[in-house]
Amino acid sequence: MGLESALGEGYLTTQLDALVGWARKNSLWPMPMGLSCCAIELMSAGDPRHDISRFGMEVMRFSPRQSDVMIVAGTVTYKMAHVVRKIYDQMAEPRWVIAMGACASSGGMFRSYSVVQGIDQFLPVDVFTAGCPPRPENLFNALIKLQEIVQQSSVLDYRNSNEPIIVS
Amino acid sequence: MNNVLQQTVDSLRARFGDAVEEVREFRDDVIVVVGRSAIVDVATWLRDNETCPFPLCEDVFGIDAWTRKQRFEVNYHFFSLTCKQRIHLKVRVEENDPSVPSITGVYPGAGWYERETFDMYGITFPGHRDLRRSYMPEDFEYHPLRKDYPLMGIPGALPLPKRG
Amino acid sequence: MSDKTKSTQDYFDAPILTDQLPPKEKRTKLLQALLDMDPDLSFDDPLENDMILNMGPSHPATHGVLRILLRLDGETIVSAMPELGYLHRGYEKIAENETYHEFITHTDRLDYLQPVHNNVGYILAVEKLLGIEAPPRAQYIRTLLAELARISSHLVGFGVMAMDVGAMTLLLWCFREREKIHDIFDLVVGARFTTSFTRIGGIAQDITDEGLAAIRAFTDQFLARLDEGERLLNRNRIFFDRCRNVGVISAEDALAIGLTGPNLRGSGIPLDLRRDNPYLIYDQLDFDVITENEGDSLARYFVRLREMKESVKMVYQCLEKLPVGPVHAHEPKKVLPRKERIYTRMEELIHDFMIVNHGVNPPSGEVYHAIESSKGQLGFHIVSRGEGHPWRLKIRSPSFCNLQALPMLLKGHLLSDILAVLGSLDPVMGEADK
Repeated sequence: MGLESALGEGYLTTQLDALVGWARKNSLWPMPMGLSCCAIELMSAGDPRHDISRFGMEVMRFSPRQSDVMIVAGTVTYKMAHVVRKIYDQMAEPRWVIAMGACASSGGMFRSYSVVQGIDQFLPVDVFTAGCPPRPENLFNALIKLQEIVQQSSVLDYRNSNEPIIVS
Repeated sequence: MNNVLQQTVDSLRARFGDAVEEVREFRDDVIVVVGRSAIVDVATWLRDNETCPFPLCEDVFGIDAWTRKQRFEVNYHFFSLTCKQRIHLKVRVEENDPSVPSITGVYPGAGWYERETFDMYGITFPGHRDLRRSYMPEDFEYHPLRKDYPLMGIPGALPLPKRG
Repeated sequence: MSDKTKSTQDYFDAPILTDQLPPKEKRTKLLQALLDMDPDLSFDDPLENDMILNMGPSHPATHGVLRILLRLDGETIVSAMPELGYLHRGYEKIAENETYHEFITHTDRLDYLQPVHNNVGYILAVEKLLGIEAPPRAQYIRTLLAELARISSHLVGFGVMAMDVGAMTLLLWCFREREKIHDIFDLVVGARFTTSFTRIGGIAQDITDEGLAAIRAFTDQFLARLDEGERLLNRNRIFFDRCRNVGVISAEDALAIGLTGPNLRGSGIPLDLRRDNPYLIYDQLDFDVITENEGDSLARYFVRLREMKESVKMVYQCLEKLPVGPVHAHEPKKVLPRKERIYTRMEELIHDFMIVNHGVNPPSGEVYHAIESSKGQLGFHIVSRGEGHPWRLKIRSPSFCNLQALPMLLKGHLLSDILAVLGSLDPVMGEADK
């Protein structure tokens, strides 16, 4: 490579997208939007057995300003949807959303008057996670898939780089 | 029906006469149907009587019987700590006048249950100090547990934020 | 919200924050109710400063999606107004549209810290309505798993309360123990978290020797592990200072407001339905009803702690006494037949078809059955009209009623005491909001 020989040793050329993607994917700070049963499995994911910190994303921050990915864990009702959206709007870009569990993904088993049938009606979702609730392992699967998405996304237009994916 | 409850029901009958409209028993549960105007007095008597006091109000809830007359029912469960007995009161009200006097003066714990009943059935409780909706948003217009409200709700009744 | 406004009266007459608050007539009912609440404590503050603070519904310490509106005088809480419904999922409406069997799965998600209790409470109400009873072995296994679920629920209540007042380690230790219970459920039930274990007239499947050995292995080491956790807190000055004399409720008030479960027993009233209104096989077990007399957060913590030890005692007794026999009642028209028989016999195939498609069709009538769950009294009131699905199913959830005491408990305390009080009440919003 011409440029690297001109710069001398200790330099490495890469694409900006790849570099930024690599940096972003390894420092994802989740915002746990714990709403119901899935929140308990989300807590289990942080326990000594499952240990979410193995993936470099254990820094659960309850402040939306400090987080990059919102894990919507649980049933979203119409009353709560406004709150979820408000917190999402407060997150700094770039931001991603994981719909954890059947309820957040599609309303799940709660086909009733008060439950939103899938949070993609009011939030852009990147990863849908199956399970009611998903086991912590499946949450890790979703987070690793999200890391892949983040790695592949473009710096200028991260939002439209990828289609949402479903993990199960 | 065991002796203690039989005694309580007999005393209720003797004391309140026609206000005790009906006494039923099913699977050892005793249901006493009480007139609407007498419910506060009956509750007070149940709480304060000597032989078998019922100091704990376990539950207050509505039922939509979906009948032409006396469509709504308000039900009460009281538990006696000394006799370990449970009694179930029932008040029937008409659809065009769904209101039952509040028993929060007797059992403060009934407050939230009456709010829930109001939220779900639209039954009002005169005498309640803070009768707001308990679950649904404050600007919601319907009462979802009524039988004429569909399971999946009425489209547009509850707003969603825009996806944007 | 605002930092400081003037006194309450000024608040009404000339709101300073007109751009943030709607005008008086349009003010939401929740805020209005808070402001109308008559604070019967008087503070010797010449400035009479009031502040409205919104806590939740997304807050790490509100145990889910509880919202509390607080009216503060400096750091002192003048009044508090909890707002529920952010997790209202319409269980009671769903129940009216499903058969009795289908609703078992929904009961898991009611109090999601202890699904087995909800399964058991619901199924006992249905069995009471149908007039059938599960065979003894099924009853023992139900009790066994219910007590394990009580331990796992108390572990969360215990750990989260400790975390809320600053002891993070205990939460991780509690979750380590909880994972072991989840492993047992994985082995015995087939699901680690949402069990759906009970069936009408029995349980989903019989417990294996491997499962029994796993339960025994867990209980053998549990008390030592609990003791470790206990040693972290029971001599801990900070924990005691945060919890002692905080959120005090007298026995009379607790009864009047309708507290049940460990919260009521923390005020000295020995009401425990396992003893007072026995169901399953609790009348054959030997256990103590734990009470503490202080009625503060610390007393409620000690009740939970000691109840776990009682639960371990009960698990041992169940393991010892576990009888041999079938786990399904012989009621072909009510109890789902076994899968292998459905495939080979006509009668069972017909019954399975009828039960799955039309339901079990109990007689008309209404029953109420309550059990002692780890949060308090969990009751199911079922109204049947002879159809396959309930006409009305009312869930008497303990957390809903326990939360009702919150304004009373918080009045006059400091802002930071909310966590100690809320943690000791141990509400679960899935159940409180239904």
